[in-house]
Amino acid sequence: METKLPPASTPTSPSSPGLSPVPPPDKVDGFSRRSLRRARPRRSHSSSQFRYQSNQQELTPLPLLKADLKGKEVKRAALNELVECVGSTRGVLIEPVYPDIIRMISVNIFRTLPPSENPEFDPEEDEPNLEPSWPHLQLVYEFFLRFLESPDFQPSVAKRYVDQKFVLMLLELFDSEDPREREYLKTILHRVYGKFLGLRAYIRKQCSHIFLRFIYELEHFNGVAELLEILGSIINGFALPLKTEHKQFLVRVLIPLHSVKSLSVFHAQLAYCVVQFLEKDATLTEHVIRGLLKYWPKTCTQKEVMFLGEMEEILDVIEPSQFVKIQEPLFKQVARCVSSPHFQVAERALYFWNNEYILSLIEDNCHTVLPAVFGTLYQVSKEHWNQTIVSLIYNVLKTFMEMNGKLFDELTASYKLEKQQEQQKARERQELWQGLEELRLRRLQGTQGAKEAPLQRLTPQVAASGGQS
Amino acid sequence: MAGAAGPGIGPGAAGGDGDDSLYPIAVLIDELRNEDVQLRLNSIKKLSTIALALGVERTRTELLPFLTDTIYDEDEVLLALAEQLGNFTGLVGGPDFAHCLLPPLESLATVEETVVRDKAVESLRQISQEHTPVALEAHFVPLVKRLASGDWFTSRTSACGLFSVCYPRASNALKAEIRQCFRSLCTDDTPMVRRAAASKLGEFAKVLELDSVKSEIVPLFTNLASDEQDSVRLLAVEACVSIAQLLSQDDLEALVMPTLRQAAEDKSWRVRYMVADKFSELQKAVGPKITLSDLIPAFQNLLKDCEAEVRAAAAHKVKELCENLPIEGRETIIMNQILPYIKELVSDTNQHVKSALASVIMGLSTILGKENTIEHLLPLFLAQLKDECPEVRLNIISNLDCVNEVIGIRQLSQSLLPAIVELAEDAKWRVRLAIIEYMPLLAGQLGVEFFDEKLNSLCMAWLVDHVYAIREAATSNLMKLVQKFGTEWAQNTIVPKVLVMANDPNYLHRMTTLFCINALSEACGQEITTKQMLPIVLKMAGDQVANVRFNVAKSLQKIGPILDTEALQEEVKPVLQKLGQDEDMDVKYFAQEAISGIAARARKLDFPVKDSDEPSVPGADKNHFWRPRGPREDTGKGPAYQLHVNTRDTLARLEMAELVLFFPKQRLIPLD
Repeated sequence: METKLPPASTPTSPSSPGLSPVPPPDKVDGFSRRSLRRARPRRSHSSSQFRYQSNQQELTPLPLLKADLKGKEVKRAALNELVECVGSTRGVLIEPVYPDIIRMISVNIFRTLPPSENPEFDPEEDEPNLEPSWPHLQLVYEFFLRFLESPDFQPSVAKRYVDQKFVLMLLELFDSEDPREREYLKTILHRVYGKFLGLRAYIRKQCSHIFLRFIYELEHFNGVAELLEILGSIINGFALPLKTEHKQFLVRVLIPLHSVKSLSVFHAQLAYCVVQFLEKDATLTEHVIRGLLKYWPKTCTQKEVMFLGEMEEILDVIEPSQFVKIQEPLFKQVARCVSSPHFQVAERALYFWNNEYILSLIEDNCHTVLPAVFGTLYQVSKEHWNQTIVSLIYNVLKTFMEMNGKLFDELTASYKLEKQQEQQKARERQELWQGLEELRLRRLQGTQGAKEAPLQRLTPQVAASGGQS
Repeated sequence: MAGAAGPGIGPGAAGGDGDDSLYPIAVLIDELRNEDVQLRLNSIKKLSTIALALGVERTRTELLPFLTDTIYDEDEVLLALAEQLGNFTGLVGGPDFAHCLLPPLESLATVEETVVRDKAVESLRQISQEHTPVALEAHFVPLVKRLASGDWFTSRTSACGLFSVCYPRASNALKAEIRQCFRSLCTDDTPMVRRAAASKLGEFAKVLELDSVKSEIVPLFTNLASDEQDSVRLLAVEACVSIAQLLSQDDLEALVMPTLRQAAEDKSWRVRYMVADKFSELQKAVGPKITLSDLIPAFQNLLKDCEAEVRAAAAHKVKELCENLPIEGRETIIMNQILPYIKELVSDTNQHVKSALASVIMGLSTILGKENTIEHLLPLFLAQLKDECPEVRLNIISNLDCVNEVIGIRQLSQSLLPAIVELAEDAKWRVRLAIIEYMPLLAGQLGVEFFDEKLNSLCMAWLVDHVYAIREAATSNLMKLVQKFGTEWAQNTIVPKVLVMANDPNYLHRMTTLFCINALSEACGQEITTKQMLPIVLKMAGDQVANVRFNVAKSLQKIGPILDTEALQEEVKPVLQKLGQDEDMDVKYFAQEAISGIAARARKLDFPVKDSDEPSVPGADKNHFWRPRGPREDTGKGPAYQLHVNTRDTLARLEMAELVLFFPKQRLIPLD
């Protein structure tokens, strides 16, 4: 029978079993220690001593390298045979083999992942650190996958061995730097979630623990994108009405995930999950959008562009009744983006006006949206350094004019007045704080000197304004 | 609406308490609610001013309820709020009212963002001390219990940090409850909470009665140390240090050691790393007997761990471990049980391990004494001096003083020299920079003779390095050397070589001469400066490159304080005046700066000022570092000039900034 292989897996060439990959040549880079770290031989990976084993064996001296190679070849051949057998022979998965199979899998795949060779590993820039024992590991994963997908596979028997502890260790492996391993893990966890109903809640809970730790403690976990991809399909299958637990996951885990530095690595999957939720339950829209506004990036323009992209995806599916609830804060943020000196941010924000659906929403609510953005657009149209942005803004202003000429004229007229009022307000604020500061000093003197000293002298202008208001 | 309500409250309060009426709470709240985050943040940061204006009673009844409701703001605002509230006790009426601050802080302790929560907990810990015992029981402990049973992990993690501050002052019945609460957090379902509890376990153990430590903390510790998540287990290692300090040797052996042994051999390298990292603390906590029986073997294992991270952490601790061994028998233990492992590490495959070792290994020589050092350690030092990794060599060189005390540096100097030369010529400029910084130290250790013979040429070579940072470091290196070896040495060896560079065809090298003069003039004193350096500087005023000319102006300003008035009047002033008429505007600018700088100094020191006929140019005021340049001024120049404008201006800006920093110091130096 045919078995689907995950896309990243490639057949290993039998000529080089068990050989570590050749380390990449040193980069000629005067600034980082990376090149030197790379040179480190990879001997410390996956030492057998620290593999998880229920009964730890005594270590015996390793045989000579040649014999070792031979042993590895034997293991590889045996694994190949197993993969072949479980995939194509019917009736071999009888009950007594389950514990042995799960034990074989556990002993081989569960291990403490080695320290990253590059603490500042940037998944977008750096080469991942590949797992040296992959020629064996791949076969074990392949076997595990075929085992789960076999028509003979009985979840009711397997659930005695595939328990919570097993799943927890499986989840920890998602931190592997090797994308091939994570790809297998993703497919496997997906199958496990599908077949073991009793483990579903546990898997979701542990995933959210991993995410929370990632957000609030470490900012480092390699498998976030893969876990989110699985969650995307899980969310897709949620029954309606959504349970509180699921809503909480959206608000307290998925939304804060947007604040992580390495957002770009998993943003597509995350946005997919968010939109899935909104398609299930439109009443969550307000929560989500307010959440995104709360975590809106302040210094990272690259992330800002991603946020704008996600916002547009959300607006694509938003219900008009929900739009009304968030239009004002949302468009104030959009206006701020338009005034960004980074032209890509400004441009991405201005593209909102190319979206037919968004445009119709704006039109329906122009009495709220226009005042929220007008001042900024008007100002930026005069000040932005980038010509493309300026002409895009002119287009937007033109749309506004066509949309509601009267309102547009009013806003243009009141713009100057508002500017003046702003200055006036700033002056008043300064006076207020000055008064407060003086009062504070007097009070401090009062407490230091005679405590009962009457505070009779008032600043005249503050007294006047206090009387007026 | 708010405006109408404001005065309504105002006059009522005004009758009794003077000027409170001036600031209706609504106005202040408007400030705290401003749409602009930055303004909101500014207002929050001045919260104490607002509270003072309102007075204690209205702060309690009006401001705090409002603050309790603003918990939905930006994290940055919340962080400022959490911080402010920690110092608010006086503003709400003193310790009797400290509990009024609990509601807003309680909400802040439950928010998602970690820094806000941590700050709220910090503030809560602070004000807990200001509570009366009664208020503590009535308000603070219930708050801790509420947080500990909160339904989201954030409040439970925050609770973990509050147990140790309220426990000592609670009644016995309440103490039992508090312990119970803490126990349940240690077994919480969420790993985040277990981690928080584990990280506070040691702190909590310290305030508990010894019996409770044994009966309750130890089981919790054992549990956490065998948690399914390594992130929890490793925190238990930290707690181990505090707990071990509390127990007697016998209890220690029975209650803690099995767990610690297990941690040192944990299957996760993170836990083993933690043991290595905390090794000195652990060693002190368990005492010498257990150190010898248990910790030394564990340390040996860590030194040959399969993960480099663990080996490096352990290597860092080698010196401290040896220092803290009981003096009696120390030498034998080190020689037999530690040194063999160290020898292995010297040729480790990982450079971080080697460089960690290199940063401490020299310290062993004082512990082991002269003979052992020569026989056993010296070969290791020499091997590390030849290591392929520059960081290892640097670490050895930077710690030379330890060895010098014990065996004298001569033993090493033969191997030292090639190592230094190689580092001095390393392709990476950061390595060269690092070795330059050790030069004054080396010079002191090796003595002037050895230095002149072997190292002097290196120091001069750095002056013409192609990286500016190296040339800059080389200049200040020369200054330090002169401070060490004296002016006579400077006059004979350094100054002539520096001055020769004034004729170099490369203008960068000519400028280096000026930078060197800036650095050396003070150390060399008036005579050398006036007789040898000044003529060269003045001659360079006619340089064809503008950068050199305006650096002449800057140099003259810098060395001005060292020169006597005669030289200033007769030699410096005419040159500066000529530069002040230069065709290049930057040269002009810096020349004017120098003139007014020197003149101002002279006036201050009460010297007759003859050059008051020419007032300083308008652009030359102190705040003017950077002149906006009209487009016309640029277009007048040829294209070649244009190319240099930007670099030069940037340079000028940087150097001006540096000058301003330098100036206050200079002013204090008397003229002669």
